[in-house]
This record gives sequence, C-alpha cells and structure tokens, in this order.
Amino acid sequence: MTVSVRVIPCLDVDNGRVVKGVNFVDLRDAGDPVELAAAYDLAGADELVFLDITASSADRETTYDVVRRTAESVFIPLTVGGGVREPDDFDRLLRAGADKVSVNTAALARPALLQEAAGRFGAQCVVLSVDARRCPPGVQTDSGFEVTTHGGRRGTGVDAVGWAVEGARLGAGEILLNSMDADGTEAGYDVELISRVRAEVTVPIIASGGAGRLDDFVPAVRAGADAVLAASVFHFGRLTIGEVKAALAAADLPVR
Amino acid sequence: MTRPGVVVLDYGSGNLRSAQRALERVGADVVVTSDVDAALSADGLVVPGVGAFAACMEGIRSVRGDSLVDRRLAGGRPVLGICVGMQILFESGVEHGLATEGLGEWPGVVQELRADVLPHIGWNTVRPPEGSALFAGVEDERFYFVHSYAVTSWQLAATDPHIPVPGVTWSHHGQDFVAAVENGPLCATQFHPEKSGDAGAALLRNWVSSLG
Repeated sequence: MTVSVRVIPCLDVDNGRVVKGVNFVDLRDAGDPVELAAAYDLAGADELVFLDITASSADRETTYDVVRRTAESVFIPLTVGGGVREPDDFDRLLRAGADKVSVNTAALARPALLQEAAGRFGAQCVVLSVDARRCPPGVQTDSGFEVTTHGGRRGTGVDAVGWAVEGARLGAGEILLNSMDADGTEAGYDVELISRVRAEVTVPIIASGGAGRLDDFVPAVRAGADAVLAASVFHFGRLTIGEVKAALAAADLPVR
Repeated sequence: MTRPGVVVLDYGSGNLRSAQRALERVGADVVVTSDVDAALSADGLVVPGVGAFAACMEGIRSVRGDSLVDRRLAGGRPVLGICVGMQILFESGVEHGLATEGLGEWPGVVQELRADVLPHIGWNTVRPPEGSALFAGVEDERFYFVHSYAVTSWQLAATDPHIPVPGVTWSHHGQDFVAAVENGPLCATQFHPEKSGDAGAALLRNWVSSLG
C-alpha cells in the first residue's frame, strides 16, 4: 500500500488555446485544452498541468474560463501556473477550479509570496516551479545548479537546490523541478538534479524536462521523483500514458 | 425518481466547483451555499475543506457550521466530510505544536503524518471494512489524497450493542491512517472523491443514492 507514481501531461495554453502543436487523433479540436484534458483523463493521466503562457495579463480571463470549463468536465487534479504574481491570483485560479497553483518567477522576486499563499490556502496547493540548469562557466553555486528565468535564457546565480529547500520551508507543498538542460532534448530526465533536490527536500518532487523514451521514466523515479511530467512525447502520441505506466509497473513501481 | 438535494457548505475553503460538478455528475441537485436553512433541509450536506485545520474551524464557526452539523446528525440527516472537512469532525487538530478544538463528533487527534515525503500527494489504495456501503464496487481502487495531517488511531469503540460499529477505512503513507469513516448518517473521507476520477464518482454515487 503506497502512493502511486503520478504521470502528468503538461499543456501550454496561450489565450485559451493549446500551443506547441498537439497531434492527438480523434479530437474534434486538438487546440482546445478542455477537450485535451478530457482525453488525457480518459487515457489514465493522474493529474494535469496547465501552463498559461498568455503574454498579456488583460487576457487572463480566458485562462480562468479554460480552468472553469476543465474543472466542470474532468475529475482529476489540475495544477495551473503561469503569470501568478499575488495571493489573489491563487484565489482566482482556485475558485475557478484549480486544485494547485504553481508559481515561479514571482516567488523568486518575492519569496514571501509562498508564505502568504500557503498561509491563506494551505501548502498543499502551492507548487514552486524551479527552472534549473547546470552552472555555466563563471557561475558557481553550492550544488552546481542555478535557477534560471525567462524560459532558461537568463541565469540568476541562485543555487537551485538551495532555492527548492527555501521554497519548501516558506510554504511550497511541492516542487515542480524543470531541468532547462534536459528540456527539449528528449534525452532523459536530469537524474542528478532530481537526486540532489531529493536529498534536501521532503515535499514531493515532480520531475520535468527531457522525457523522450519509455526508459526515461524509471530512472527519474529511482532518483527521487514522486511524479513525472512530460509534454511533447504525449502530445505527439509517441508515448501514451498507459505505456509509461506499464514501464513503471514493470520496474515494480506503484501506478494507478 | 427525484434527484436528492445536496448542499456543499461554502465557508470560503478552496475549490468547491469540482465537488459540485462531481456530485451533479452522480445524480444530485447541488447548491453551494453557506445558508443555514438550506443546509439544514438538504437531503445531504457536504462539508469540504482544504488548508489548515485552524483556518477551517474558524471558517466553519463563522457560518455556524458547527451547530449545523450537530443539528443534522441529531435528526439522522446525512453529512459527508471531505479532507479537512473530515479532520475537523474529530476532537482536535495539532498543527505546528498548536492544538485546535474540532467538532468532536469522534474522539481522536489529527496530527502530522510520520513519512519521508509530505504532503501525501497522489493516488493511494485503501482498506475498507467488510461490507462497506461507501466503497461498494471500488474497494480495490486508488483515490486521490492531498494532505499532511491525519488521524492515526481510531478510538471509538462499540460501547452500546444497539449502535452499529463505525466502519473505518485505512490507508498508509509512512504509517497507517484513517482514510474514511462510515458512522450512521456521518461519513467522511480523507481523500478527495471529487478528484478521484471514476472511482471517486462511484463512491459519491454510493453516498448520493443512500440519501432520503
């Protein structure tokens, strides 16, 4: 009797539409996040992540509408991130039907946001998203990994492992750990990054970045991930949720 | 057959929309409100709850949910607590060393689980008692949990032979903890049935179909 490893598809949503090309068969509208969410639910996804990449905050209402409509038709947990700046943003997303809210840059700029959000809504719905990479030449941190911003384009010199520890201390109930080195490579998760963070934090870790083949998932879990997140391999239908779960189960890891 | 009327008690705690939709999906007419009269007269009352025990107790008291639950149970009217909505039914909750008084429907203290990884987030198995009505058909399914605190020992023994023994369902994360209780009109789950996919829907259907 153990909690199962969660397999989580991530959808990038821009102005209410899924971007990064989704190539799902049997969908009337492959760009509709609500329909995709339902398809992933049916396929056995344990949770969904929506990353709102809408540039203008004026268009944020579209996101709330998407979250609202998704929560009306899909009965698995939904995490929403992107553009979250204030506790009130948490409130709006939770009220729209999100179960957890992920925060990234805003927490880096103002760590107290984590405390405020956890105090108001509980740590269980506060996810700290950390975009980490190996330190480039000239940059040094204790762990050898630094936090980046702007989709990995800018380094901060902040120790990524230390930031995860601090974030959890301040109130994050979960770490969404994105490897910016592995992201897009489809060469596997960064197991060293995962194990370094696992050694220091006791909140659950969602591993993200690098999933390409079925063999990639078990090492991430063995390194300490509680959940594995992937985007394009699922969207393009190269791997199914069921195949990933079968691979995990074959390694004696618990799955739903 | 008319649809049973269910009130989801709104006292400012978390995502109520999912609970509403999940209950509607299984055949209930659902109203989300803090109105005491509506909550008293409904066929079933759902007490949700996320976040801190102390904050939920404060919220419950602010809408007079404490006496509401008492009055419903005195009349044998069904109540379902979910997550922290279950925890506050116990005597007290201890968070960061501070104890907060609960509704005291059941003896027991809600405490932080001893586990390597907390919060306990994800889908876990359960061990329902023999003949559980709530878990009928979904005994072997996984349900979605998200919590750090739980009741780890069940202290309510059968003292009166005329009162049925409460059915206690256990789960495990680091240690055994109470995942659900079926006690006459008062039921509760530590997990979120409204977020537990088809298994959760089946459980809610079991509960809704038992209403008046």
